Amino acid sequence: MNWLLDLTPDEWNAIRLSIKVATVAMLASLPPGILIALLLARGQFWGKTLVNGLVHLPLILPPVVTGYLLLLTFGRRGPAGAFLADHFGIVFSFRWTGAALACGVMGFPLMVRAIRLSIEAVDRKMEAAAGTLGANPPWVFATITLPLILPGLIAGAILSFAKAMGEFGATITFVSNIPNETQTLPSAIYTFTQVPGGDEGALRLTLISIVISMAALVASEVLARRVGRRMDIE
Amino acid sequence: MSVLVDIGHRLGGFAIDARFESAGRLTALFGPSGSGKTTLINMIAGLIRPDKARIEVDGRVLVDTNAGLFVPKHKRRIGVVFQDARLFPHMSVAGNLRYGRWFTPPAERYADMDAVVDLLGIGPLMDRRPAKLSGGEKQRVAIGRALLASPGLLLMDEPLASLDEARKAEILPYIERLRDETKIPIVYVSHSVAEVARLASDVVMLAQGHVIASGPTEAVMQRLDLLPAEERGEGGAVLDTRVLRHDETFGMTVLGSAAGEIRVPRLAMKAGAAVRIRIRARDVMIATEHPAGLSALNILPGTITAISSGESPAVDVGIDCNGATVLARITEQSRRTLKLHLGGKVFAVVKTVSFDRASTSAGLPGEADG
Repeated sequence: MNWLLDLTPDEWNAIRLSIKVATVAMLASLPPGILIALLLARGQFWGKTLVNGLVHLPLILPPVVTGYLLLLTFGRRGPAGAFLADHFGIVFSFRWTGAALACGVMGFPLMVRAIRLSIEAVDRKMEAAAGTLGANPPWVFATITLPLILPGLIAGAILSFAKAMGEFGATITFVSNIPNETQTLPSAIYTFTQVPGGDEGALRLTLISIVISMAALVASEVLARRVGRRMDIE
Repeated sequence: MSVLVDIGHRLGGFAIDARFESAGRLTALFGPSGSGKTTLINMIAGLIRPDKARIEVDGRVLVDTNAGLFVPKHKRRIGVVFQDARLFPHMSVAGNLRYGRWFTPPAERYADMDAVVDLLGIGPLMDRRPAKLSGGEKQRVAIGRALLASPGLLLMDEPLASLDEARKAEILPYIERLRDETKIPIVYVSHSVAEVARLASDVVMLAQGHVIASGPTEAVMQRLDLLPAEERGEGGAVLDTRVLRHDETFGMTVLGSAAGEIRVPRLAMKAGAAVRIRIRARDVMIATEHPAGLSALNILPGTITAISSGESPAVDVGIDCNGATVLARITEQSRRTLKLHLGGKVFAVVKTVSFDRASTSAGLPGEADG
């Protein structure tokens, strides 16, 4: 057991960083995720198919391609990257924030899909009933729609978190593999496999990776069940 | 308090062109399914935007397409009780009841929580989830939720249609109390003659998107020819009466009406109480002389004022009994044999046992003739 918990500072940092990156990626993609899911589920607008395609792009492109595209747009000299750095002091390239951005983008289609499905399952008659009781559209969304899609929100959030925990290709392409800054668990495992005698470290981090993923899954199950029981739809 | 609706709307191949005005306490929109009742209700509630319309509630213009005016549903202050209740599954009964109240400006909150809970008998349900309620309980909570938003008008869209007979009988008295004890005017959608005759003060009869008759319930319900085919057997005269006395020996109640005394099976009401009865036309016999040796107890003298051909072989005969009109549905053969003609003096004969719970109910206060 000792060999498992006897982690070097670098390994600890990789774990901490992975959890931080995945959490930030998940939380930051929730608001745009809900917005896009609403738009796709209910919006009737020209170019809906295009938006849907763009959202799903990270799912079908090779992760390296997504990472490279991020580098081109959000890198120091990229249009979006330069703008954000000059005006808001937000820098993505070779920073942990860049890793979070890459993970968020890669998990985005999964999150949007889950939320969109749950929005489409909402009985719109409930919303109409709330309207006749005096609730204006924003209140209807906050008090009726949001609570009814909560199970879908949780599922989407956990999918995004899990995807972020395992993201490798886009992250390493966009922000490289810098210990203590952008070296997440998958990058650290990859590094171990590239050096002689790194098998033990790779196995150690692999097991830890499994534990964290399982814990997230169990937590989502418990949460979803509690929400389901609250609504008697279990 | 009045409601004015004037709507022209096209939905695919179906056109609605309906105009009615009512100042009644409970106005029934009555007609077969597919006649546009629910569409009208949804337009009054603001759930559907009509092509051309003018809708007013108590002088407040809610829709006027000529002026480009359309008040959104959340600003109309119109309560709606849907056929499928539509309780919010993620809130308790208490949460559902409080929902509308929350969005009502304090100055306009007239509905009192305790009074409404008491009126509908939903006190014991407060902590339950909607999924744990029976169909009848759900509808009572839905009524309470609409009332507690302190609406200026209550719309009820076939609130009993999805319930079995026992549940209907459970809720009807609450709707009667609602009609008699609150000041909110009600527009009630139904395709059931029994419900309309029992509850409505006024009726707007619809067919294929058009108003084919409207007016006080007693008058409209006599147009048997307008009733949907499957409900025609239920049609007949609607009379507002009062309890004169009870006949304990034979378990009967004697009602006083303009037409004379009418004996019905014992009612659980006090002497003087208003009772509305519906005399199904098919339950009425006609005699040209005062019958003797007949078991039927109600024999009402009158004059024939209308003879209209019903579906073969039936004809509908209207008999004016001292100001109250009783309808009889008899065969064409009987009409010829008895030589019935307009102005003829006859007797309408009704068996006491032909009255049942569906045809006797608490009447609207102040509308009884006796």
